[in-house]
Amino acid sequence: MNNKLQKQLLKRSKAAKLERLGKTVSFLALMLITVTVFAIIIFVASKGLATFFSNHVNIIDFLTGKDWNPNVTNAKGQPEVGALPMISGSFVVTILSALLATPFAIGTAIFMNEISPHRGAKLLQPVIELLVGIPSVVYGFIGLTVVVPAIRNIFGGSGFGILAGTFVLFVMILPTVTSMSVDALRSVPRYYREAALALGATQWQTIYKVVLRAATPGMLTAVVFGMARAFGEALAVQMVIGNAALLPTNLVSPASTLTSVLTTGIGNTVMGSLQNNALWSLALVLLMMSLIFNLVIRMIGRKGAMSK
Amino acid sequence: MLINPSSPRLDDGWLERNIVDPSLKSQQPIVLETQQLHVYYGDNEAIHEGDLKFPEHQISALIGPSGSGKSTYLRSLNRMNDGIARVSGEILYRGVDVNRPEIDVYEMRRRIGMVFQRPNPFSKSIYDNITFALKRRGVTDKKELDEVVETSLKQAAIWDEVKDKLTKSALALSGGQQQRLCIARAIAVKPDILLLDEPASALDPVSTSKLEETLLKLKEDYTIIIVTHNMQQAARISDYTAFFNMGRALEYDETSQIFTSPKVQLTNDYVAGDFG
Repeated sequence: MNNKLQKQLLKRSKAAKLERLGKTVSFLALMLITVTVFAIIIFVASKGLATFFSNHVNIIDFLTGKDWNPNVTNAKGQPEVGALPMISGSFVVTILSALLATPFAIGTAIFMNEISPHRGAKLLQPVIELLVGIPSVVYGFIGLTVVVPAIRNIFGGSGFGILAGTFVLFVMILPTVTSMSVDALRSVPRYYREAALALGATQWQTIYKVVLRAATPGMLTAVVFGMARAFGEALAVQMVIGNAALLPTNLVSPASTLTSVLTTGIGNTVMGSLQNNALWSLALVLLMMSLIFNLVIRMIGRKGAMSK
Repeated sequence: MLINPSSPRLDDGWLERNIVDPSLKSQQPIVLETQQLHVYYGDNEAIHEGDLKFPEHQISALIGPSGSGKSTYLRSLNRMNDGIARVSGEILYRGVDVNRPEIDVYEMRRRIGMVFQRPNPFSKSIYDNITFALKRRGVTDKKELDEVVETSLKQAAIWDEVKDKLTKSALALSGGQQQRLCIARAIAVKPDILLLDEPASALDPVSTSKLEETLLKLKEDYTIIIVTHNMQQAARISDYTAFFNMGRALEYDETSQIFTSPKVQLTNDYVAGDFG
């Protein structure tokens, strides 16, 4: 009798085996993703750092140099790989498009969640979800055929440049920032609104002084998320920005971003050459920036969680 | 016994009711009354009828089982149900129907303040919580604000506990303190009537008794209408009690009457603890 009990207890049941299998499979999935991410970072870093270690380009010169022409050597006998035009181009289009998108996104989110929740959920939500799903090449194509000629007609010049890139990115990140802002507003508890209304505050006072304040961390996350998207967007920007590696001096002359130089240049260089390594260095800068955006989002999230 | 001439009566599907008019019993004028009040959530009628009169500077308690409509009734009184429920009938605040389209709902809510079941301070400092509504009304004088903060916190009997940490977050207070802060916030705009929706249901017994003391003191300056689940609480603090069941006010009388000799059988069953 006792023997039988022992046997039953000590034998692994089918359920226990399945349990272990499940754990193993999900752990392997996690490992695969972790290894992939680290492999990418290490690969980009080793390639990107080669510019500085095997080709002996000064890292400061790389980050602050204004001339990008990897095929030419300058007076010091160094190749001209100044990335400042691209880095500043990326930052300028990102910041401008975020500045442009934020008020529209917050306004739309307030309308959808506070002023007309019913129509917001029925009409605007599907529209915004649709906008998120449009491929970037479509945005770029519309930018190329509508925005660029419009800018050419108004401001003269070629029409390609930071302004065109900003407009295209603005439309691209608007739905993302909006839907995340809606989530932020939705997570503000109903009793905050009730408390303000019961004190005789108007709806606008309630939204402005209570709801938006409580939703600020979520809103900031939405904006930074939009900026991360804008910073990393390649195709649509490349189609409208003009792709001239020049330090941007105005909004309507051709410029370039890290991503646009990468997409135009990576097919035309030989693996292992300096020209190729320099592009990897740009990719490394891009990757580092994405990591920084991610860290900022996490920091905002943690601060928001603490203040609640 | 001075009661509504037509009650107790059998009507509305043979319901036994006993609604007393307090103006016949006490000297206090009536500040708020409802006539033929019906409240609908969509097609669902939550309040079938509530004809109550609330006398000035008294505490009136609304009791009844869950889902009896007492909270819905209370929230209709300062139109916190706007956009959620549809109201028909009249709610007369000192003779003015609060549901008239030309009513300034924000001014009306300043006069008829509300404190909710769950303490709901803003995630701001204690000071900013109290001054929130005043600042929205354009009061900027620091001295005046300081004064209001002190008097309202004193009236809500929480001044001694928080006077040294007015700049600290209101969310760091205990539940009972938060609720008294919410009362202080509500009286900072000098309302006429305070509506309280089960203000003690999330509090422990000690905090509850402090809150009740506060309410008894506040009654000197404000008319208080309180929804409560707790019959002992109604018996302890209120002057008038209304018993709600299935969306109807079945009995309304002096609290001592309700708890000692109710006229309506259902009230008797409820206060005796037979159901609810």
